[in-house]
Amino acid sequence: MYRYDEFDAEFVRQRVAQFRDQVNRRLSGELSEDEFKPLRLMNGVYLQLHAYMLRIAIPYGTLNSRQMRRLAHIARHYDRGTGHFTTRQNLQFNWPKLVDIPDILEELAEVEMHAIQTSGNCIRNVTADHFAGAADEVADPRPYAEIIRQWSSLHPEFSFLPRKFKVAVTGASRDRAAIQVHDIGLRLKRLGGGLGFAVYVGGGQGRTPILAKLVRDNLPEADLLSYLEAVLRIYNLHGRRDNKYKARIKILVHEIGAAAFAAQVEEEWQRIRDSVLKLPEAEIRRIQAYFAPPAFDTRPHKTSLDASDRDFERWVTRNTCTHRQPGYAIVTISLKPIGGIPGDASAAQMDAVADIAERYSHDEVRVSHEQNLVLPHVRIEHRREVYAALKAARLAEGNAGLATDIIACPGLDYCALANARSIPIAQRLSERLAARQHEIGELKIKISGCINACGHHHVGHIGILGVEKRGEEHYQLLLGGSAAEDSALAAITGPGFGPEGIVDAVEKVVDRYLELRADAAETFLAAYARLGAAPFKEALYAAA
Amino acid sequence: MPLLDVASEAAGSNASEARPGGPHVFADRVWRDGEFHRDAWVYAGEGEPLPDAPTILSKSRWLAERERLRERGAPLGLRLEPGERVDDIAADLVRFALIALVFPKFVDGWAFSLARLLRDKYRYSGELRAVGEVLADQIPFMRRVGFDSFEVTHAPTRRALAEGRIVEVSMHYQAAWDGAPAGGKRPWLPGR
Repeated sequence: MYRYDEFDAEFVRQRVAQFRDQVNRRLSGELSEDEFKPLRLMNGVYLQLHAYMLRIAIPYGTLNSRQMRRLAHIARHYDRGTGHFTTRQNLQFNWPKLVDIPDILEELAEVEMHAIQTSGNCIRNVTADHFAGAADEVADPRPYAEIIRQWSSLHPEFSFLPRKFKVAVTGASRDRAAIQVHDIGLRLKRLGGGLGFAVYVGGGQGRTPILAKLVRDNLPEADLLSYLEAVLRIYNLHGRRDNKYKARIKILVHEIGAAAFAAQVEEEWQRIRDSVLKLPEAEIRRIQAYFAPPAFDTRPHKTSLDASDRDFERWVTRNTCTHRQPGYAIVTISLKPIGGIPGDASAAQMDAVADIAERYSHDEVRVSHEQNLVLPHVRIEHRREVYAALKAARLAEGNAGLATDIIACPGLDYCALANARSIPIAQRLSERLAARQHEIGELKIKISGCINACGHHHVGHIGILGVEKRGEEHYQLLLGGSAAEDSALAAITGPGFGPEGIVDAVEKVVDRYLELRADAAETFLAAYARLGAAPFKEALYAAA
Repeated sequence: MPLLDVASEAAGSNASEARPGGPHVFADRVWRDGEFHRDAWVYAGEGEPLPDAPTILSKSRWLAERERLRERGAPLGLRLEPGERVDDIAADLVRFALIALVFPKFVDGWAFSLARLLRDKYRYSGELRAVGEVLADQIPFMRRVGFDSFEVTHAPTRRALAEGRIVEVSMHYQAAWDGAPAGGKRPWLPGR
């Protein structure tokens, strides 16, 4: 994985010193809260309902055991012992004190981490396929994500954009990075003798969900930064600033049309593409070298599976995937215990994951946008030991991709923007569906506590949106969304439900699916595509 | 729409002074080359006759009076508001000794991109001034995209500039207006 050189280390050190000065000026009263707010946000510090929240960047979701242990240490010493992994492959601490945050950032800098641009109207932490380097792919997307991370860090022109700006990169045809719901989505592809990108622009969730449009199908890799710079410049010049809800690039692309937008970008790009931003082959290869595959054990492996332990067998079925290296598996560590808080991990669990990764996964851990962790490189014979170690840490739930593997935003339990709670709904759904989840099969439930859609409800097979209705928490139900390569936006079923009713409603949808599916191989999403919304609406709203 | 009446201000004291009902204003409110300056530039009000002194015009006034102003001897400046374009007056830019870009709020970053265009695309080499809500933490970014003067009325920012207390990150991951590319690693970087 990427290692800081002296330049990176000094950059982060200076950024911490700069932020410490900003915090001191806030504490002394020299900066008003209005003046401080954009500055703290650019460094991942939110003011939530009960406390400050610090969002730490985990670039493209990749970290090593040393970094994970440091996160555990920070959870213990500066928080209440828990970290929360988010849908953007980041980690949030919900209870830090503002005065401690510069010290936390120094602790992070020691292990080559930071909180730069995890919030604010700037280019956010770049995300990538959490199976990168392990799954079948054209090329590893992370070197490009790292180049974008460097180029976008404290970019002088793009630090005060009309609104936040999210970039996702994938190298696989199976889209695990949800690139079409990002401001820019990049898909690596072969181009002539080399590599290039299909560039999607203007996707996003929030109040106005829109799938990104393909604006260039064949961008050579050498032109990555010049093209991004052209897109960002057109957006910064012409994006709307009169209305927060119309300020994302998706609205600009929608209002002027994808073709007109692409033409403006093209004109600017042609002007700058042969500038200093052109990526030399040698530089791309230098960054790629950091992401070279580990030294895999190529000896023959045993594939036999002890089927006497049903939980282990289920865990292998659900939580391990084919690795591109024979003899290896990709292991998903579920952060969704039945009835638990999606994405939460205790300090002890983080330490356990660090130990397991160090011993069994070439010292690598990934964070997925589905709020789980991934051990990317596990030798097949070690699955049993890994499972046992995870079980000891209460991390062995074999539910990846199932109905209890729920994405939920922090919601009204923490978030100052939320209208309704998300976590308790996720917990009750998990308890309700746990017994039948293996029978139900693949089902992605995603819950947001407000229209900002941090819980990705628009792209849930079943989506839940919390709203406020006459002072009460109320939940809309959506069906049929997908964040994968078959990207689709979910549609609202009809009138919403109360906090109890929404759990019953999801169960009714599940019951109807089980009743109507062609066979056990037909997933909920496939059945919904075949049947349409009508039978589910009937189950939900027809008089009993 | 004059932001401040520079001429009458310049005749006043050098220290900050309060106008009844208005914010603190400063005679020496322009920071350039490491110090505050008393500024000779005057903003032309709409419809008022132009003084025989360095004068900053709106784009609309320039477009309306362009032909008449060809004979003018005193320097001209141009003030651009967010969203105003320059591609339709690209050939005129050489006429302006100063271009002022407005930050109506410090979080409105439109002018960062227009500054890049003016410097890189239109090769504008005159004074590029940040006006409006110009605060300490944005000034390093402004410098990097090509601003070289700053109209500063925010008292803590003025103190920070005067005392050299702006803490900034001196390492840059991208070439901007402030440096030529270096060889070696990260060739897209400015010289370091």
